[in-house]
Amino acid sequence: MTTTTPAPAIRPAAPSRPRPHAPESGPWVGRPVDRRDGPTKTTGTATFSAEYQLPDLAHGWLVHAPIARARITAIDDAAARAHPGVLTVLSHLNTPRLKPSPARPSLLDMSTMVGGTRVDYLGTDEVFFDGQPVAVVVAESLEAAQYAASLVQVDYAPLPATIDFAAAAAAGRATPVKQSLGMPTLVGSVGDADAALGRAAHVVDLHFTTPGHNHNALEPHATTAVWDGDRVTVWDATQGIDWFRKHLALRFDVPVESVRVIAPFVGGGFGGKGSVWAGTLLTVLAARVTGRPVRMALSREAVNRVVGGRTPTRQRVALGADADGRLTSVIHEAVLRNSPVGGGPEQVVGASGDLYASPHVRLVTSMVTLDLVPNTFMRAPGESTGSFGLESAVDQLAHDLGVDPLELRLRNEPETSALHHRAFSHRRIRELLHVGAEAFGWADRTPGGRRDGSQLVGHGLALAYHPAWEFPANVTLLLRRDGTALLRCGFQEMGMGTATVQAQVVADALGIPFDAVHVDYGDSDLPIAPNAGGSTQSASIAAAVLRSAAKLRRAVSQLHQRPGESLAQTLTRVGRDVEVSVGSDVGVGAAATSVRFIATTLLNQRRWVRAASGAHFCEVRVDADTGEVRVTRWVGAFDIGTVLNAKTAASQLRGGIVMGLGLALTEETVVDGRTGRIMNAGLAEYHVPTHADVPHIDIHLLDDPDPTMPLGVLGAGEVGITGVGAAIANAVFDATGRRVTDLPLTLDRVAP
Amino acid sequence: MLVVNDAPTTLDLEPRVSLLDALREHLHLTGTKKGCNQGACGACTVLVDGRRVLACLTLAMQVEGREVTTIEGVGPHPLQAAFVRRDGLQCGYCTPGQICSAIGMVAEHRHGAASVVTDDVTTTPDLTPEEIRERMSGNLCRCGAYNGIVEAIVDTAPAMAEMAPALTPVPA
Repeated sequence: MTTTTPAPAIRPAAPSRPRPHAPESGPWVGRPVDRRDGPTKTTGTATFSAEYQLPDLAHGWLVHAPIARARITAIDDAAARAHPGVLTVLSHLNTPRLKPSPARPSLLDMSTMVGGTRVDYLGTDEVFFDGQPVAVVVAESLEAAQYAASLVQVDYAPLPATIDFAAAAAAGRATPVKQSLGMPTLVGSVGDADAALGRAAHVVDLHFTTPGHNHNALEPHATTAVWDGDRVTVWDATQGIDWFRKHLALRFDVPVESVRVIAPFVGGGFGGKGSVWAGTLLTVLAARVTGRPVRMALSREAVNRVVGGRTPTRQRVALGADADGRLTSVIHEAVLRNSPVGGGPEQVVGASGDLYASPHVRLVTSMVTLDLVPNTFMRAPGESTGSFGLESAVDQLAHDLGVDPLELRLRNEPETSALHHRAFSHRRIRELLHVGAEAFGWADRTPGGRRDGSQLVGHGLALAYHPAWEFPANVTLLLRRDGTALLRCGFQEMGMGTATVQAQVVADALGIPFDAVHVDYGDSDLPIAPNAGGSTQSASIAAAVLRSAAKLRRAVSQLHQRPGESLAQTLTRVGRDVEVSVGSDVGVGAAATSVRFIATTLLNQRRWVRAASGAHFCEVRVDADTGEVRVTRWVGAFDIGTVLNAKTAASQLRGGIVMGLGLALTEETVVDGRTGRIMNAGLAEYHVPTHADVPHIDIHLLDDPDPTMPLGVLGAGEVGITGVGAAIANAVFDATGRRVTDLPLTLDRVAP
Repeated sequence: MLVVNDAPTTLDLEPRVSLLDALREHLHLTGTKKGCNQGACGACTVLVDGRRVLACLTLAMQVEGREVTTIEGVGPHPLQAAFVRRDGLQCGYCTPGQICSAIGMVAEHRHGAASVVTDDVTTTPDLTPEEIRERMSGNLCRCGAYNGIVEAIVDTAPAMAEMAPALTPVPA
């Protein structure tokens, strides 16, 4: 008897597969219900951090240093103070100092990592980067504060500065980074990758560069703060209510309970609102010094100058393959940048240890230190730029071998991760390639492109990959005798649809209708939610919701629940509401949560590799005369584990791809190599994708639960942007025959 | 003196106050958003006498005696529901500007305005997704909700065209 291995079952994409359901019954998880915050956002009633009305509100405005390294020698604020409506001008000459940022961040208290820089704003005469705030004007009106800021005269004694990334990297000033336990992969080696490369039948050895990027969320960072004695209330544009609260308590030397941070709605973050930057600190400081409620809404230019962005990269990707195209060596080297006052490495090379099978792997990350505002995480830090290098190189290898790039990827699909030989908790890349290729019509294309009038048409493919993480989350869950439920958790609504999807999770967990679940969020008075970062929030909160629902079921069962009776029926009969909590915000419980988190994270990392993944397929049209690239078609197939809400999940993935279009085609933070000044600190000069740049994006979801993650969720916020740069560069190569290895793919790089 | 969302409104302002800051800081109509304050992002789009205008590049004094409609005054409008249904928003910060801009855009189209992607400018083109994308490109969405926004406008364009006001020529 002969047996054949069946081809892997391909599950149809979720959006085209309506789940059987009655209108008012579950399951709710997965259904494309409308986001709950939709009506408030489409009517203009959602309130953002610069929009809270307080009596006697004063306005702050920053004065920035126009120099990269210097000491302040004099400040003349007389003209500013004399301007009508000005309350005060704060500088290092007259302002109480904040407590310093923690010198050594601790995994046990991650709020210690949340300072964007280590600069002692208004506490030092030293300037560490162009744009550093050196004074704050506080005035009765926005106009007076802004104008008076222009009247503050500051004199500087310049100091030597290192600014030019390419020059510093070329001069060999990069320092290798060491791998920290529990952190994403920055360094690693298995076998002898260099020797294997030397022996390989086929070699691709390419160098890549990617520029710095800025988040440029549409809502500029803004803070409103009011003190009442030693207690302060802060409305802030933040991705991490709890971490911001603890950081402010530490810097202002007050108990954590004295700080309340409110942020129900945040106008986009993408990592830029994940750390405490100058605007937040100086608004709280100005409110304390003046005794007035103070609002400081940063200008677009100020956001770019005081909030860090994505590091530029220089990469080398070298691939060795045998005659059949099986990889024998993967080398990925990356040079990044930080700053003497902050910033850190990104996992540019991380996916290169997981994505393909290879007996020999060498991954290296090194950093140069530049006198610029520190770099910070921006959507898929490292993975978004590293995937450009790796997936471009794989495409080049396929071309050199004369093998379809899809087929080459199938040939190199690993059984375990190449770098650590760890099992994948869940890996569906073969299915993704098949689903995406079928939806796109990959097999029907003409490899090598074709000409259509004045346009060169090409097609590209690249994989997407982003590790999955899980953080502790605390919640309370109340079920009332009338059958309604209340979930309380201190997250913020930043566009992910968190309140909507968690209400879906609660509805199924308690067996009640979606509309019966209310969610309270956006306030540090609520149980602690994890930071919105690393695509972790949905899975992390869902884990706590499931635990709380189980606890609630146990509590109800002790109320003499009768067979066949629903939870709500029991509560109605006994005339009681039941509330349970999961996690503890303070004391021994909180410490135990931290220890358990670290232990679980380390253990899980040793046991398996967990990641969301995807396959991008795209079509570009390149103007044969000018080199202008237009993206005309896009299919993305994704494995994000369980899909909590098919509508909002697809939107998040599209959003990642759109930001990836910017990364590929237009986005570049340009720093003047002489002065350290960002030369395009505005949306007129830093080009994010517009309506006209974005075709219809066709999203396919496997909706296949990861067996090791809470509810099977792998996270959808970042995987979408990974691989996009390479998919477009590969399509441009297909169309034009030009392998562009420097981003963005501007006309000068693409034109013949 | 101006009319804001049908309400006659008198404001006593410094001459340097923009229409955007007048709305947000003085009238507390914070639905109109400040994204760049330099006319690059479209988040502050409002309607002045039915035409879309960037409130950040307009001095409050310039709208003396004119009718200003903000997101707080457009509804209930079928486009608002369509944005929710099509998920044409994520963080929501660009949304009021997108909606006001789309209402003004459809009115412009109804009055025969061509765009740069219009092949024959002597005729009024259909409001195809390509035309909508071109005409809406002054409104940035960093979350990347563009697909849903275009779908919402396609869904609602016929109804919006019927509701569109008669546009008077732009004052010289």
